[in-house]
Amino acid sequence: ETGRKKLSSHGRKRAAKRRLGAGSGLAGRRPLGGKGGEREPSGQTARGRSGFSDGNSKWLAPAKAKKTQPKGNHVELSSDGEVEEGSWEMEEDGSSEEMVDDYGASSSEEEELLPIEKAALKQKPDREGLSEDDSEEEDKEEEEAEEASKQKMGQKEEEGADLQLNLDIDEQFKLPTSEEIEKEDILFICDILFPPAEPPDLHVIHQRIQGNVEVLQDFGVKREEGRSRQEYLALLRRDMAAYYSYSDFLLTKLMDIFPLPELINFLEANEVPRPVTIRTNTLKTRRRDLAQALINRGVNLDPLGKWSKTGLVIYDSTVPIGATPEYLAGHYMLQGASSLLPVMALAPQENEHILDMCCAPGGKTSYIAQLMKNTGMILANDSSAERLRSVVGNLHRLGVTNAVVSNCDGRQFPKVLGGFDRVLLDAPCSGTGVISKDPAVKTNKDEKDILRCAHLQKELILSAIDSVNAASETGGYIVYCTCSIMVEENEWVVDYALKKRNVRLVATGLDFGKEGFTRFKERRFHPSLKSTRRFYPHTHNMDGFFIAKFKKFSNAIPQTQKDEEPAVEAAAPSAVPDTIITEPLPKKKKLEGSKADEGQKLPQPALKKKRSLQAQRRPLKA
Amino acid sequence: IGENIQLLVDRPDGTYCFRLHRDRVYYLSEKLLKLAASIPRESLVAPGTCFGKFTKSQKFRLSVTALDFLAPYAKYKVWVKPGSEQSFLYGNHVLKSGLGRITENTAQYQGVVVYSMADVPLGFGVAAKSTQECRKVDPLAIVVFHQADVGEYVRNEDTLT
Repeated sequence: ETGRKKLSSHGRKRAAKRRLGAGSGLAGRRPLGGKGGEREPSGQTARGRSGFSDGNSKWLAPAKAKKTQPKGNHVELSSDGEVEEGSWEMEEDGSSEEMVDDYGASSSEEEELLPIEKAALKQKPDREGLSEDDSEEEDKEEEEAEEASKQKMGQKEEEGADLQLNLDIDEQFKLPTSEEIEKEDILFICDILFPPAEPPDLHVIHQRIQGNVEVLQDFGVKREEGRSRQEYLALLRRDMAAYYSYSDFLLTKLMDIFPLPELINFLEANEVPRPVTIRTNTLKTRRRDLAQALINRGVNLDPLGKWSKTGLVIYDSTVPIGATPEYLAGHYMLQGASSLLPVMALAPQENEHILDMCCAPGGKTSYIAQLMKNTGMILANDSSAERLRSVVGNLHRLGVTNAVVSNCDGRQFPKVLGGFDRVLLDAPCSGTGVISKDPAVKTNKDEKDILRCAHLQKELILSAIDSVNAASETGGYIVYCTCSIMVEENEWVVDYALKKRNVRLVATGLDFGKEGFTRFKERRFHPSLKSTRRFYPHTHNMDGFFIAKFKKFSNAIPQTQKDEEPAVEAAAPSAVPDTIITEPLPKKKKLEGSKADEGQKLPQPALKKKRSLQAQRRPLKA
Repeated sequence: IGENIQLLVDRPDGTYCFRLHRDRVYYLSEKLLKLAASIPRESLVAPGTCFGKFTKSQKFRLSVTALDFLAPYAKYKVWVKPGSEQSFLYGNHVLKSGLGRITENTAQYQGVVVYSMADVPLGFGVAAKSTQECRKVDPLAIVVFHQADVGEYVRNEDTLT
């Protein structure tokens, strides 16, 4: 009887679930459905045999549908426990008629619904499965999606298993025919327009991606006859776009940069956030003391690595990291691990003049200040007044006294103020390295955005180079960094700078990280680009980053190369004539003074020299 | 901080000065001043450290960003118990029940620097009662009016400028 009571309170839900399970044939996999299912057939069969005891048996006959269900559910009876069978016998006694009636009423209602809405009900588990898949997709936890989809879609699990078997046997990975692709395309469109009858199964897509990559790895052996590599790649791109939610454009770019297995790692790494890291403010405390204080507050942390003396990585904490009294007292700053690297590469010395061209929110600026121990002078500039508020706040909180904050456009720089010893340029970029922080980048970047960013970066880097005084005793360095992995924004801009100005690349001083590309697709870059560094989320567990360090060896601005496009040329031969022409100039500079402004007046007599030299050279070139 | 102002101006690493920029008072070294002078006034956001601002009625209001400079020279200090440390950081006044220690001879309405028991400066305040009176009042009376605290870096980040 307690069983029946449970049923009456949960009975409808369970019966409904069981019914849905029966409708799509998935009932066998659902433990919940099992119990409910047992109730139903027991009641029905009991009723069926004993009839309605209230005298309605003549005109009220159980529907045929009831009889089909018990057949389906007998399977469950045998697989599940025996307690329910016992209670089933109890019901057969018909001891409590009221309970049977109640039970009958509820079930009869449901059964009347069945013939009318059978088709809709059949679709429900699919829809439920889809919504679950969607929510899990939003969670971006591939493992959960796989497990859940395995549990809830029994049929498809079997299909998945079959697929896996198929894929193990390598020859059997078949590309869907073009008709199937069209059908799927239609289904994709229908997904948007109408609720789908059969949703795209993420599990299947994932299996297909893996199979596809395996085939592509060993294409000669594993390929299907008559199918080109392009078709495999096209399918892979579509699948990955669907699975990881990227735009096709971005995926094409990424496929150019990474080899396939690495690409999958990269995409996976972008789904997961990077660990939280902080940087100790050595102006106010030491790393050991800070770590001790934070551990006392209940924070689980570790030093960041051998390469950093001030970084700490936070695993978890009971208190909000951004609001502890130590944070408020300015003992540390929340900062990504990759943001420590450009400042380490810059290596600012005490009593230098430093320009930080795009400083918001101020993490790198404050690190520079702490390395300089508040001596010298930093000009922290950013073009966005909104973001400058956080810069001011952070600088004050961390106790930085040698900084002046300004709100100019970076491209105005040598005009506003020049003659710095070092410049840090953390250029605004497309953000493809920090997708884990901002997933919107996956879809909202296209060709125009990247080229616009690249154009801005080229202008900024030229301004940065012009703002440095090559003749400074301790400096003359420019560090260019972006949080993007696109070659257009990184190597291309660096190569452009090498051609347009008297700079050369030097070692960054970072001993880890991948070297930058010296050639990419149809472009060839200067071989010194090997000294630049790339960092990726999947290899270094920090945000994607690119760092290049330049040394300026002359304050003159070469006037040649203006007409020629930097695109496909190798930079080496063109850089050489510049150095020949401008060598006499630096000697003059050192005598005159240190301001780049003054220095720029000098090239005018030198320009005349250059032009005459150019006139001599041009016929040769032609 | 009284006569200790002199210590702020003549520092061993050079002379420092106060400059007024857009109704805010900044504290910077003279070397920094030379640099800041070459930046156009509209673009200059913050030369050096902001000490406080002049309100519309020309009253001077000290800002928490001056804490690091003034704290070492403070003559009158107030220590707050750990329990009401958080309360002060949220912007509330200090009650007698939260008062740990107070310097002797603090006059009424005297500017004070508020510290936690670990000697970490928390902010500025004004003594509501002189030290003698503090001993006599009941535990729920306000003893220090809150003026500026370190929690403002998180609460009012926008208004620091």
